[in-house]
Formats: sequence, structure tokens, C-alpha cells
Amino acid sequence: MTTATTAADRAEAPSRKPATMAQALNQALRDSLAADPAVHVMGEDVGTLGGVFRITDGLTRDFGEDRCTDTPLAEAGILGAAVGMAMYGLRPVVEMQFDAFAYPAFEQLVSHVARMRNRTRGALPLPITVRIPYGGGIGGVEHHSDSSEAYYLHTPGLHVVTPATVEDAYGLLRASIASDDPVIFLEPKRLYWSKADWSPQEPSAVPPIGRAAVRRTGRTATLVTYGPSLPVCLEAAEAAEEEGWDLGVVDLRSLVPFDEETVAAAVRATGRAVVVHESSGFGGAGAEIAARITERCFHHLEAPVLRVAGFDIPYPPPMLERHHLPGVDRILDAVGRLQWEER
Amino acid sequence: MTVLDTPAWRPRTDAAPLLPDPEPYRLLGTPAAADLDPALLGRLHGQLVRGRRYNAQATALTKQGRLAVYPSSTGQEACEIAAALALSPRDWLFPSYRDTLAVVARGVDPVEALTLLRGDWHTGYDPREHRIAPLSTPLATQLPHAVGLAHAARLSGDPVAALAMVGDGGTSEGDFHEALNFAAVWQAPVVFLVQNNGFAISVPLAKQTAAPTLAHKAVGYGMPGRLVDGNDVAAVHQVLSEAVERAREGGGPTLVEAVTYRIDAHTNADDATRYREESEVAAWRAHDPVELLERELTARGLLDDAARQRALDEAEAMAADLRERMHEDPELDPTELFEHVYAEPTQQLREQAAQLRAELEAERQS
Ligand SMILES: Cc1ncc(C[n+]2csc(CCOP(=O)(O)OP(=O)(O)O)c2C)c(N)n1
Repeated sequence: MTTATTAADRAEAPSRKPATMAQALNQALRDSLAADPAVHVMGEDVGTLGGVFRITDGLTRDFGEDRCTDTPLAEAGILGAAVGMAMYGLRPVVEMQFDAFAYPAFEQLVSHVARMRNRTRGALPLPITVRIPYGGGIGGVEHHSDSSEAYYLHTPGLHVVTPATVEDAYGLLRASIASDDPVIFLEPKRLYWSKADWSPQEPSAVPPIGRAAVRRTGRTATLVTYGPSLPVCLEAAEAAEEEGWDLGVVDLRSLVPFDEETVAAAVRATGRAVVVHESSGFGGAGAEIAARITERCFHHLEAPVLRVAGFDIPYPPPMLERHHLPGVDRILDAVGRLQWEER
Repeated sequence: MTVLDTPAWRPRTDAAPLLPDPEPYRLLGTPAAADLDPALLGRLHGQLVRGRRYNAQATALTKQGRLAVYPSSTGQEACEIAAALALSPRDWLFPSYRDTLAVVARGVDPVEALTLLRGDWHTGYDPREHRIAPLSTPLATQLPHAVGLAHAARLSGDPVAALAMVGDGGTSEGDFHEALNFAAVWQAPVVFLVQNNGFAISVPLAKQTAAPTLAHKAVGYGMPGRLVDGNDVAAVHQVLSEAVERAREGGGPTLVEAVTYRIDAHTNADDATRYREESEVAAWRAHDPVELLERELTARGLLDDAARQRALDEAEAMAADLRERMHEDPELDPTELFEHVYAEPTQQLREQAAQLRAELEAERQS
């Protein structure tokens, strides 16, 4: 993760240099811990080890065990304790080690975290951030590659946020921790080592949660995506130029709140839309997004909204996962099916 | 270094001091009762009598259609009252659905305590104001909350304890296990009160656990377990008060098992004759928490007929007030459903709220 500093680097002291998403997330946690004594990081192996993905690297050393705590190994217990800590006035940031290992905490999440504010008429808001590394593409064996966003976005009371860029990883995590609502913060684990020019000294502005970002404007069709599928969509958009298609790409950044305005405007501009995500298609986020696009943009649409998603199968073993994950070809194939000939 | 110096072999805690007494601890009717403060006994008595009447009134309200459901704590009043009175005002209580009496005994308006069961909102009281978490229906899920709150208080150097209540059936849930484990590892100032009333709806304790007693479960986590007669209000109050005090002073968590009995059915909707003998209920009626205390008070000349009547009259006044106020229809504002889902409503919620407002308007017009 650390890049060796050369003499030339030091001489020029550039403020922006390639940083990974993992580094940006670590910096967001650091800056949140430093900014607010109520912030507490907790989870499995987040202390001495710095987390299995090293996102909490050095936090216990720099902020002490009480601020970044290795908990017993029990996800319901971790999240349940975080509820009590938040009731007291703290701002817990919980790390779930992997997507599939967040499931034991599901009852706490659905029955308490999501509804505590509502059931107490606002008396007990729970400012808890649950960080979950999610998605495939890292060659993980069974139970290490789930895309679990649909479970969470179907639960009223939760915000569901997922960054796709280094800059957003920092900004959206800061915003999530600062939010007075519970946030499921889904970290696309295959982008942890993606790099961009970014400076921890002058971190990006903290964006409000709930605004989608238009990553590429296009005139012929719009790809709507989030998290790990954003780089794939951008690559597809580039490849599409050869076919003469000018594709726009919208990065949702948060599934809840869902930024209908930005999505609808981008789709109206092109009249065609493909929703792309890695998780299974049936009952997935794409179904909701496609339905909303249809409801909002029907008279602007030249073709049915299509989805490119993972197959409706248990997540495949690592040697077969590339067949499951939406790739450039599958996206372009869908774009090709947007009824061009009937125009 | 030898293996004995490595984490897996670290010296174990001595289990003996953590073990519960072989028999439930009792005070009433024993020589030790002579040392009990008459003023405390008087307060406990007034609350027990009130609690008995409250349970009867709430059950009656279900028959009149004024409560959707009521899980009665008749027979368990000693635990409910002792839990409420063992806490100081800055401590927190984490009740289950059966514990509205503890909530009321701690000072919450009975109408507010019953809001969940009437069904006009989920939590009727302000948890922050009263330092009482919402009544928890998903079994044992409130226990880790109590641990987290106690842990947070301890991190802040705030001498606050949390008392969490759960039933015997709830001890089989994973959250019970996880909460006790976290509490012990963190030495959180929390007390777990298990009301072992013999049944989880219809399932008896023997099908729930093979542990020697539920109090023994404490030992596996490294905290003391205490076994107490749950119908002896003085004993429960003393055991809980000691545990709360110990927790507040940094001594760590305690698990208390109070052995008691659910005299009524699980709720008004349940038929207990399907799974238990009337003779068993009769045996427990003869070990009644109100009578146990009154026998002690009478023997010590602390309760005469006039004092008893005063307690009954006060309880009757509370019941009459509750009855009267529960016969008023609660004011409902359907648009409030969209409030407090998030700090700020999402665009979708704003649209749905507008839709409901339009439906309500159309209803009014027709
Ligand atoms: C997680 C969960 N599972 C099942 C239920 C349904 N249920 C409600 S009360 C109850 C029995 C609980 O028994 P116990 O813990 O002994 O408490 P008691 O009702 O005797 O006070 C059950 C099974 C529930 N509320 N929560």
C-alpha cells in the first residue's frame, strides 16, 4: 500500500499522488476519529492487525484501544453493542469482516438499527455506520464475494451508500459517519487497491449523501451503475465509441437515498438505459431502478430498460466467477439490444 | 517461553467464586429479614399491590378491546418491582415486552407504557427522559444494547449501570450468549435479570436448557451467577441492588436468575390449559409474592389492616385512572408514519406522504 518516496518526489513535494481506495478509507476513519471524540471504530481484527484489508491500519496505535477496538467474534453482538453505544451518544463505526459475515447481525439491523428512530418518535436516532467489504472479483472462496445490497436497501430506515472512486471513498465515508442516520457503507473490495490522484492532506470535499454523479455524459444511451461495476461501465463506454455509441454513465453512490432526479435527467437525455450491477438480477437493485426509470421517463424511452446483472445463482467458486460478473461484452451486448433498428 | 505463557494457555479464572448458591436465595421469612429497612419494605409493598392491580386492569382492557394484547406479569411482580427500584435515576433499564410493570414502577405513565400494546405507536414514552429503552419484542436483542450503553458509560467515566431483563426462553437466543460474553470481556457495568417463569409460551424450561440452572450460564463467561427466589421481593431487590452497585463501581457484570412463575397465560390470546396442570399453578399461588411480603410485614407489626387498605385504595385509584384514560380513543395522525424514518425524509417518502395526505383528504370529503 505504501509507495516508496523517491528523491524526486520529495523535491517536488506534489500534494496529489496516486492513492488507493484503501488509503482514502483509512484517512476518512482517521479524520473522523480526530474530528469527533464520539466516533468509535469497532470490529473483528480492526486493532493490532488493522483489519483483514488493512482499512483500520494504525488506528488503535494512534487513537488507543478504546477508540478502535478488537471485539469478540460475534457480529450480532458487535452491532447490538453499537446500538447501545449510540443510545448513549457515541457514533460507532462497525466493520464487518466480509459481506457474508454480516448476516449474523441481520436481526439487530432490521429489528433495531433501522427502526429505532421511528419507533421512538425521533428520541433515539442511531448514528451508526456499518462498513461492509462487498462483491466479488478478488478470487475469494465461498462466502467471501456476496453482493448483499438488496437485503439492505429493502429495509426502510437504513441509508445504503457505496463509493466507486478513491475520492468518494473518503468523502462518502466521512459523510456517512457524520450522518445522524444509520448507514450501510458497502466497500467494493475489488476496488480497494484501485488508485487515483488524491491527497490525504487536502482531502476532497465531503459530498452530501444521496446525490448521484454523472461520470460521463452521453447522447445515445445511459448506463446506470454503482460500486464495483462503475469501472466496468466506463470501460464499456469507451469501447462503445468504436461502435459509434456515445454512452453516458451515472454512478449512483447511494442506493438509499436514490437520486431519481439525476438518473431520470440522464436517461431522458438519451432515451435508452441499461442498469448494471454485480449482484443477482432477480429482485435486485436494478429491478427497482429500472421500474423507476420506466415510471419517470416512459415517454422519453426508445426501448425497454435492460438490466445486466449477476446470474440468479449462489456466488460461483473463484475459478468460474468471471462468467458471472457483468463484463464489458455483456454490457455492450445489452446496449446492442436497445432496439436501434426500429428507430 | 513455554506453551503455558501463550494466549491459548493463559491462566484460567477460578470458577468457584462465580458459582450460584445451590438453592435460590431468600430473605422473607428468614432471620436475616429482621435487618431489612422497614421503609424499603413499605415501598416495595405499595408497589407490589399496585403492580398486581395494574396487571389485572391491563388484562381487563384486552377483554374490552382497549389493548391489542397483554403479556401479564401476574405472579412475577416481585421481579418487576425490584428491578425498577434497584436502579438509581441515572441508570438505564432495558425491558422486554413482559416488563411494562417495571417501566411503570420506574415512573412512566401507565398509558405511555402501554402504547405499544394498545397499538397507536411503538414506544409511548421518551426513552432518554426516563432512561428506559423501548420494550423489546425480538427475544434477547435488547441485551447487547444494554452492554453497549454500559460500555459507553464506562468509557466516559460516567458511573451509570444498565439492567437488562429477559425470560428463560430468551436465554437460548444467540444474543443472550453474545451479550454476556461482550459484557464480561469488556467488564461492562451491566446486570442481566433472567425471570425464569417456567415457560416460553408453552415450552417448559427442561426443553430449553440442560444447564444446572440458568444462573450457572454466567460461569462460562467469567461473571458471577446469582440464583434468587423471584417471588421474594426483598431478596430480588437486595441481589439486584448489590449487582448494580458492584457494576457501577467497576466490578463488572452479573447474571441473576430469579425463579418465579407466570400465573396467567402467555398473553390473553394464549390457552395455558393446553400445556400445564392447574395443580402446578395452585402450588405457585401458594408462594405468592404479595402474600410472602405481607406475612413478613404482619409478623413484624409493620402492616395493619388500615395500611393494607391504603395500599389497595391507592392501587384502585391508579387502575381507575388507567381505565378511564384507556377508554378514550387515542389521537392518530397517519402522516406521522413518514416522520422519523430518517432525519430528513427522502424524496420517495415525501411523495408517499403526499399520496397518503390526498387519500385522507378524499376520505374526509366522502
Ligand atoms: C426472536 C424471537 N423469536 C420468537 C418470538 C416469539 N415469542 C414471543 S414471546 C416468546 C416466548 C418467550 O419466553 P421467555 O423468554 O421465557 O419469556 P416470557 O414470555 O416467559 O416472559 C416467543 C417464542 C420472539 N418474540 N422473538
